[in-house]
Amino acid sequence: MHIELRQIRKYFGPVKANDGISLVFEGGRIYGLLGENGAGKSTLMKILSGYQPPDAGELLLDGQVQRFSSPAEALGSGIGMLYQDPLDFPPFNISDNYLLGRDRRVFLDYKTANRELREVMERYGFYLDLQANIESLSLGERQQLELVRLLIGGAQILILDEPTTGISAEQKEKLFASMRKLAHEEGKTLILVSHKLDEVQELCDHALVLRRGKLVGEIDIPCATEELVEMMFGQVPTRSERPGFKLGEAVLELRAVSIASYRLSMKDISLDLKAGEVFGLAGLEGSGQQLVLQACAGLLKPAHGSIKLAGQDIKGWTYHRCQAAGVAYVAAGRLEEGLVAGLTLVEHIELSHPKHKFFVDWTSARKETETRIERYQIVGRPDTLADELSGGNQQRLLFALLRSPLKLLLLEHPTRGLDVRSANWIWELLYQRREEGTAILFMSSDLDEVIERSDRIAVFSGGVMSRVVEAKKTSAEELGHLIGGQA
Amino acid sequence: MNNSELVQTLASILLASAPLMIAVCGEIITERSGIVNLSLDGTMLMAAMTAFVVGLKADNIWVGLLAAMAVGALFAFIVAFGSIRLRQSMFAIGFVLTLLGDDLSAFLGQNYTRIPGPVVKHFAIPVLKDIPILGPIFFDQDAVVYFAFLLVGLTWLLLFRTQPGLRLRSAGERPEAAFARGVDVNRVRYLYAVLGGALVGIAGAAYSLDIKIGWSDGHTRGLGWIALAIVIFGGWSPVRGAVGAILFGATKALATFLQRTFPEVSVVAFNSLPWLLMIGVLLLVSSEVSERLIAIAPRAAQRPLRRMLRVSPPRALGATFVEERTS
Amino acid sequence: MKTRRWITRIWPIVPILAALIVTSALLVLFGAKPGESFQAMFQGAFGDQSKTLSVLAFWVPLLFSAVGLLVTFTAGLWNIGVEGQIVMGAIAASWVALRLEAPAPLLITLEILAAMASGALWAGVTAVLKTRGKVHEIFTGLALNNLAIILTNYLISGPWQPPEGGTFRGTQPFQDAALLPLFANSRFSPLSLLLALVAFSMVLVALRGTFWGLKLKALGKNLRSAYLLGVSSEREMILAMMFCGALAGLGGAVRVLSWFDSLRQSISGGIGFLALLVVMLATYQIYWVPLIAFFFSAVLNGSISLQLRTQLHSSLGGILTGLMVLFILLFGDASKLGIGRKKEADEQ
Repeated sequence: MHIELRQIRKYFGPVKANDGISLVFEGGRIYGLLGENGAGKSTLMKILSGYQPPDAGELLLDGQVQRFSSPAEALGSGIGMLYQDPLDFPPFNISDNYLLGRDRRVFLDYKTANRELREVMERYGFYLDLQANIESLSLGERQQLELVRLLIGGAQILILDEPTTGISAEQKEKLFASMRKLAHEEGKTLILVSHKLDEVQELCDHALVLRRGKLVGEIDIPCATEELVEMMFGQVPTRSERPGFKLGEAVLELRAVSIASYRLSMKDISLDLKAGEVFGLAGLEGSGQQLVLQACAGLLKPAHGSIKLAGQDIKGWTYHRCQAAGVAYVAAGRLEEGLVAGLTLVEHIELSHPKHKFFVDWTSARKETETRIERYQIVGRPDTLADELSGGNQQRLLFALLRSPLKLLLLEHPTRGLDVRSANWIWELLYQRREEGTAILFMSSDLDEVIERSDRIAVFSGGVMSRVVEAKKTSAEELGHLIGGQA
Repeated sequence: MNNSELVQTLASILLASAPLMIAVCGEIITERSGIVNLSLDGTMLMAAMTAFVVGLKADNIWVGLLAAMAVGALFAFIVAFGSIRLRQSMFAIGFVLTLLGDDLSAFLGQNYTRIPGPVVKHFAIPVLKDIPILGPIFFDQDAVVYFAFLLVGLTWLLLFRTQPGLRLRSAGERPEAAFARGVDVNRVRYLYAVLGGALVGIAGAAYSLDIKIGWSDGHTRGLGWIALAIVIFGGWSPVRGAVGAILFGATKALATFLQRTFPEVSVVAFNSLPWLLMIGVLLLVSSEVSERLIAIAPRAAQRPLRRMLRVSPPRALGATFVEERTS
Repeated sequence: MKTRRWITRIWPIVPILAALIVTSALLVLFGAKPGESFQAMFQGAFGDQSKTLSVLAFWVPLLFSAVGLLVTFTAGLWNIGVEGQIVMGAIAASWVALRLEAPAPLLITLEILAAMASGALWAGVTAVLKTRGKVHEIFTGLALNNLAIILTNYLISGPWQPPEGGTFRGTQPFQDAALLPLFANSRFSPLSLLLALVAFSMVLVALRGTFWGLKLKALGKNLRSAYLLGVSSEREMILAMMFCGALAGLGGAVRVLSWFDSLRQSISGGIGFLALLVVMLATYQIYWVPLIAFFFSAVLNGSISLQLRTQLHSSLGGILTGLMVLFILLFGDASKLGIGRKKEADEQ
């Protein structure tokens, strides 16, 4: 089957997720789709698989223009996508999960379904108890099931979104073997969306690289890793010269910390941070940076290890206790996890005041708000609602709410979705903080930002933290390798 | 109490529980799709009144029944519409409808109180009714009881053995995944909210046409709320819900019976029992407490215990689903 | 655009009118003339002094519960258990009235305090079950409502029964010193109105002028963000519920010490649920609450007289008010219906 994407565009507000992408896929080949987070890979594949429509552009299958109104329709035409978090139903058992949407028959035919499942499972070499509930399965097993469902559903084109995150090496080998068989023996088209360069080189025939919403290059594999890295991360301008900054005492010490979440378990994380230091956590999302930040804030309890704040053990502390001790956490979801839609600026400023009396003095709160609006250059008035502000101003507001002084400032994606001017201004605010002695630990999927702004950097890949490098001495290439999982 | 009295009591418990079973099945269907229909109490009152009045006027219980179903469906539709299309709180709308249903039924039924009317027939199933003990209890009953049991079976079948049932459950569990499988989530919610509402209408009708014949102010008051509670602590499962409904009827009968024999033992204790049970079960059902309890249990018992206590609500219950489509 | 904005502001009249029209239609259906009926209702509410005073007397406990509910709604809670909190307040006040002897001012003070404490504790149970047990407050509220009623019935037919034997209507009447001083020969207690106005002011100040009120507002709108900003949701929710419970309990005391002279079966009179409707119709804005509560009281009391005069069931009042709330809920928000808004592209 011949698939063509023509000039696909998709915008989310001001963000150009896909900015005129044209691609061709041929049957019988395995493609690797590479790119940093935010490059537009997931968006493009969601369009191809029918989950969302493009704002402009066309999708052609064997020369015919197709428009899908749902992934089920796309599967009917032969396109199936396996999501990183499979779209299955945790409380259902395996048979039910498989049967939903399979056909139009009223009564569920468990016999046939179970037979089909067992056949395919044998063919590709995995074994599962059909009575088990989806939520009791591991991520790898859920992926296998989804793959089976898509194949039986007639998928000729299979898109796999980061399929090897969270599965064992053995499962990965089996998966790769199945993929080779599907493409080279059965003539299907496989698209592997991944950031793991070594896996792409191991499995794929052809690599496509996206950056900032555009297709920046394609190349046949085997090829040199350097070429892939260069396409993914581009030429990074040399880091601007900054005067050296004298660091203070140790603020944060992580020793052999283990943290676990549903998808990821991390072991043996160790980190040191001094007052006034800016430390960047690079890597693709879901690699563990967020867990580290949350552990330092008391939002997540580490299973093992120790966390010390200015010498004090804070491992079991609640978030509010850490807050009182001078730790601040700024999440990426500004309106979901930071600001309260429906509350005005004045109300936010007043709410975040560490010292407050029983009665609110709205007049002085208002004055305080005006001062901060001035200082942080927020485009808005005291009575503006937080959700009426633009993204950049929301971020400024979030910073305006931070207490002073702070020992440790933890940031998730501080400049996500912001234009260059806003991003620069945010960093100026952050550098002002560091001059006050605040240690800054931030995560970002923008490598440019990480290299430019940090003193030191650590890279996360699949829950593993790389060695710590100095920002001045590293390069985008080196980081790219580290992100790709190569030491 | 001798044997035949006991049998009579058990039979009457089943009869009294039947409408509750029907209402519970209806609400389970609605809630499994993701909609909470808080108006049950008002719906049942309206349905009871409608069934009786219409049945009386048309001299035909089937017409009355249909009218009651229409009323139940309408109330449920308003809740679904207000929630899905108008994005208002389904709790608020359901709550107002509960009170409105009470007042409307009192007003519209005011000329029909305490008159005799049509009654659902009693028929004993031949042969089966002669089975000792079980016979008179299960097979010598009014049609309502047979329908209730049949409905429990059908509901179970629908939910767990049919494709439409899978789609229904998927809409309530994970709407975005349901969408990916080609399920029109909002349409499913409308459909099953209305179906559930119609069943609740039948429950109300069963009351005024059979159990507590006729109509009076506040005829079925309180039953709708109890049905809502049973749906929860029956874990959104029709069979467990039916058991809950029967247990509820039993504690009431037990209270009356024991009050006769032990007037000292507080009536309070028995009347309170269902509500205390409800709180207790709800507590158990909430993940934290049950997890802690399960952790204490012996290793081997943990898996079956977890399965038995698994009564978590449909994950998307009460949340609106917005499709990610540009127009 | 100024012209469009006034449409949005005026719009709520439409659902109100619609409710009136539907109610009128119902009246016509039953062979009554709407104009006459509404007039009869008005007469029933304000026809003479004693009727007007009855409206006031019903209004007061309703107002207590309604302003209390504003607090819980602000915190994002659905306090359906308010009925039970009213009843528990009434029970506590009754206990003091029946079991203690003291001069009237002291007795009344004790009754008030007992009622508030009792209502607060009852609400506290629901609150703790929610914060610790993660059980939704609608269901615990429901259960506790019923338990409170069961307790009432027990007390009426048992330990507190009147000397001539249990009639299931009410307990034995309270001593004179326990009752609230009434105005003229009515059931209205001016003291209770004073207390209600105090309660209103307290809630107003609490919600608008205290840090706690601000915390509640944040909680109700976004639990997660409020938490990250430093608000401890558990503690604030429990306090909010108890605050409402105290006010509702006070309303219950007013009911049992002025409207009635003893603890009755239907002591709460559905006032708790009505208060929820009042707050919904007022679209959760405090300044509308007293007026709407008064309106509810007038309509409901008026329709009781209506029944006496015209044989039309008194539930008519409930229908009118219920329809108003329903229609406001469904059609009261002009912007949600897309009325009065220019196309968004133009506004950029």
